[in-house]
Amino acid sequence: METPRPYSLLCELTYRCPLQCPYCSNPIDFARHTDELATVEWERILTEAAALGAVQAHFSGGEPLLRADLPQIIRRARDLGLYSNLSTGGTLFDEKIGTQLRAAGLDSLQVSIQDADADNSDRLAGGAPSFAKKIRAAQIAKELGFFLTVNVVLHRQNLDRIEAIISMAEALGAERLELANSQYNGWALKNRAAFLPTRAQVEHAAHVAGAAQQRLKGRMKILYVLPDYFEPFPKACLYGWGRVFMTVAADGAVLPCQTAREIRGLKFDNARRHSLPEIWFESKTFQIFRGTGWLPEPCQSCPRKEVDFGGCRCQAFLLTGDATATDPVCSLAPKHHLIGDALAEAESDAGKQLVYRTAGESLRLAEAVIR
Amino acid sequence: MSNPPDTARPRLAAKVRLKRDDIRQKPLLLFPEGVLVLNQTAHEVVALCDGQRTVAEIVKTLGEKFGSDMIDQDVKDLLARLIEKGLMTVAD
Repeated sequence: METPRPYSLLCELTYRCPLQCPYCSNPIDFARHTDELATVEWERILTEAAALGAVQAHFSGGEPLLRADLPQIIRRARDLGLYSNLSTGGTLFDEKIGTQLRAAGLDSLQVSIQDADADNSDRLAGGAPSFAKKIRAAQIAKELGFFLTVNVVLHRQNLDRIEAIISMAEALGAERLELANSQYNGWALKNRAAFLPTRAQVEHAAHVAGAAQQRLKGRMKILYVLPDYFEPFPKACLYGWGRVFMTVAADGAVLPCQTAREIRGLKFDNARRHSLPEIWFESKTFQIFRGTGWLPEPCQSCPRKEVDFGGCRCQAFLLTGDATATDPVCSLAPKHHLIGDALAEAESDAGKQLVYRTAGESLRLAEAVIR
Repeated sequence: MSNPPDTARPRLAAKVRLKRDDIRQKPLLLFPEGVLVLNQTAHEVVALCDGQRTVAEIVKTLGEKFGSDMIDQDVKDLLARLIEKGLMTVAD
């Protein structure tokens, strides 16, 4: 079978961030990777990605607005015909940078907000108060004519305010609201005891989101995905490893997904030393879980293997210690009891202490893994 | 899902870009949350949706080009699907 080509490139332009969200999708050891790519390197990477087949470029971080060269990088993406999305925490967004990004050809803007309740949003984001700045960022984005997505990561500590969250996005005039239940990998896994919701919370939220989808049809599109812990089958993670998505991290490491750095034992080639096509087609890391040939049982003989590809490799590794295992979220997985145990715990009691995504915690936790 | 009326003037939503993918040799619609690969027929229809032509005019143009009886419903089904997905808008 011919090797597929990626449609989408995620550029994590920096791991620096003024916020400290305890469910950040950056790797636990982000603070060890401080050698950021230069502007010319990102320009070359975008050129290689377009030649490889990418048609979309997502720019995130950390906080991508910390890169002074962001407009230049976006401009290159536009010149290459790539559709560009920017994900920002919003605290550094103002009229000036917004106007520059619009002129550079940015297609779509996503602002993350932690909750509709200002105090809780500030508490969850950590660092200096950010809620008011995020709201202002979303308003400026609309004033400048951007297609606006509001993204709210959902979990035990904000799910019960889902009505208010939807109203907030509606009031901001967002075209799209992404209600993304936290994925319990990396930082979120460290905080799972505090974030994993109860079944009643999840069912209530799904009901509210469903009703809002109908009510707001044609005005605001709402994406609501159930947390995979509550589903009988795993997510089609990445739509297959090394199939549609490619990520380049702040330091140039090329990853099948942004969380893949959590899988110990995998080696990631660097875009500084190899071209993206070379890495996509030839590196061991991109081939190891590509397709379905590598799948263990019960996946190998499962009729759903072309649907979910055995689920999430990072989750399999983080929960079972074996990256080739069936995603334990699957009700047919040998280690599915791990999910049941976590859910039972969530029904009885919640952890309160949050581990914030700071450089200090990153280094401490990374050190603990190496020992 | 309802058909757009003959007098509607469809055009791609502002967030959507039509792109010819030279690598895969296919026309694509690009938008914030994804990519839609178009087949040749869908491409012919989308290319005519400029906010000026009416549905009736688009059907007529394609009918002259391809001469099919089914074309009226095919075009309307496709437009209805794209409107449903929020990728196409119509002005009256």
